Amino acid sequence: MPIRTVMKANEAAAWAAKLAKPKVIAAFPITPSTLIPEKISEFVANGELDAEFIKVESEHSAISACVGASAAGVRTFTATASQGLALMHEVLFIAAGMRLPIVIAVGNRSLSAPINIWNDWQDSISQRDTGWMQFYAENNQEALDLILIAFKVAEDERVLLPAMIGFDAFILTHTVEPVEIPDQEVVDEFLGEYEPNHAYLDPARPITQGTLAFPAHYMEARYTVWEANENAKKVIDEVFAEFEKRFGRKYQKIEEYRTDDAEIVFVTMGSLAGTVKEYVDHLRKKGIKAGAAKLTVYRPFPTEEVRELAKKAKVIALLEKNVTFSVGGALFQDFSRALVNQEEKPILVDFIIGLGGRDVTFKNLDEVLEISKKALSGEEFDEVNWIGLRKEIL
Amino acid sequence: MEIPESVKKRLTLPAEEHFYAGHTACQGCGASLGLRYVLKAYGKKTIVAIPACCSTIIAGAWPYNTLDANLFHTAFATTGAVISGIEAALKALGYKVKGEDGVMVVGWAGDGGTADIGLQALSGFLERGHDAVYIMYDNEAYMNTGIQRSGSTPYGAWTTNTPGGKRHFLEKRHKKKVIDIVIAHEIPYAATASDAYPEDFLRKLRKAQKIPGPSFIQLFAPCPTGWRSPTDKSIEIARLAVQTAYFPLFEYENGKYRINMPSPKKEPKPIEEFLKLQGRFKYMTKEDVETLQQWVNHEWEKLKKLAEVFG
Repeated sequence: MPIRTVMKANEAAAWAAKLAKPKVIAAFPITPSTLIPEKISEFVANGELDAEFIKVESEHSAISACVGASAAGVRTFTATASQGLALMHEVLFIAAGMRLPIVIAVGNRSLSAPINIWNDWQDSISQRDTGWMQFYAENNQEALDLILIAFKVAEDERVLLPAMIGFDAFILTHTVEPVEIPDQEVVDEFLGEYEPNHAYLDPARPITQGTLAFPAHYMEARYTVWEANENAKKVIDEVFAEFEKRFGRKYQKIEEYRTDDAEIVFVTMGSLAGTVKEYVDHLRKKGIKAGAAKLTVYRPFPTEEVRELAKKAKVIALLEKNVTFSVGGALFQDFSRALVNQEEKPILVDFIIGLGGRDVTFKNLDEVLEISKKALSGEEFDEVNWIGLRKEIL
Repeated sequence: MEIPESVKKRLTLPAEEHFYAGHTACQGCGASLGLRYVLKAYGKKTIVAIPACCSTIIAGAWPYNTLDANLFHTAFATTGAVISGIEAALKALGYKVKGEDGVMVVGWAGDGGTADIGLQALSGFLERGHDAVYIMYDNEAYMNTGIQRSGSTPYGAWTTNTPGGKRHFLEKRHKKKVIDIVIAHEIPYAATASDAYPEDFLRKLRKAQKIPGPSFIQLFAPCPTGWRSPTDKSIEIARLAVQTAYFPLFEYENGKYRINMPSPKKEPKPIEEFLKLQGRFKYMTKEDVETLQQWVNHEWEKLKKLAEVFG
């Protein structure tokens, strides 16, 4: 029987790792993710998880040790956030290029400077070109489920890509919520043992991995990462369907909320989706035709689903806790690309919001609504808007 | 080529080769020679991790391959971490790692990848006690990028970023003592070795294999391209490095020091003997040579004392 209990997202992530039975875990402490390796080391110490736990001296080494272990053919897991994920950056490319199905739990946290330990998505969004798949959890249950799902997708022979699962710093990592821990037997059936069929460091069958490739070969190797990302779109749908069958919880790449007759659709990710859905209910009561949508999968980017969503809206308001300076948020760029050549498309308005853990309130969302309404009625509006700025201290 | 039995029995090194001919190293390359010895000692049941360095190229660009063993190319700073991960995975899979019939996990990195950018990962690897062997092939500069100084470059050396010139802008710092940093981790086995003494190197490789826990070998590996030395003088230069006590061969085993070469009882050859064969030292003044000689003397005295007290 699954166990219904309450726990923080960090604990849920540790439980997911335990259920997935990785053979090697390498981790380095960083706020707000520290509790994940702490909890896992308890599982290892108690004999509840039979794994090698490498207490590395940095995140750069954490991911490097995972790369080595995964290349030797075992399931691997680590957790990090913020500067830690940034420090991993160069090795993330290597993990994807070598097609190693490593899974990282990321407690989404801002980047310095100034130093700030609270939530936004700049850390994982900044890794979007590494080739890794990216999933974002709205709540602690999703954090647990998406880690299991990520392992299954990552290890699929059609994919073989690493994956990161983001969940918001403190808002989820340190907040206790009801979580259902699935049965180990059901997880075992769902995931199975990781038995790589592809190239790995088998002492009985020597190979070379990660070799130098000249211009005559490099592009083809990179193209396979593109192809794997494309393949992952279908595999993710299959795995979501299987997950629902086994565990009864439904996942979609984009989850829509009251979008059917909506004029303005608020699109976001992570825990902010909860706030936005609540806000949509509030607007609906007032007769405003608003809807919401949440991206559960950010990479591979769900282009088809975005195009379907776009058909239902006149204005799409993108609420994002990240920024590309002089351009706007990542979702704004990605939605623009998905829709640019479509004949009919909604107006896109971008909102940079809640950086560095600033709470997102209904008052902020009223501001988002006002600007979106301007766009809807054909008035002039700014494409990129920083919401909730304290102008008095600027 | 098949080696006749009559010759084979006179060989002091294993005849079998796991490092193929036809690779892309420069003539007289000490690094490729060293890697060849490593594979002679450990055979094909070895997983070698190589960071970005000369050996990346020497090992062969896709689809070519020089090694008859598993080879894992990794990022510059990561050798210590990657071999930690590989070792942990092999153990989790139930392999015997290290020891006479175990799978050998070997980190093979240059002096830049060890003394500088890879130092932190090396320290983590040593301190955690993984069963693997880390070999630093020391050619005393970043050779693959075109001869830039590293922490392991000696005093007075020309490199492309210590080019001499009017302001006498040669390397102004003495060679970083990586082996001392390693020994500070109190690992079971650490040693220096040289291309000029392959039997000694093989013996140390085998000892490193047998002793559980992390082992470290710093191999003196001449680079004619970077040292501006004749390609047929690599072994002679490496031998002189030992005979002048510039690069003495010694072992640190379970807290005990043992000097192998040169003899502590005899006066080492003057440092000029080592310097004069190499173009990289030709800009040194008499005072520079004296400064280097004093450093060599001091370090040699220190080592002798350590061997005396902790022998």
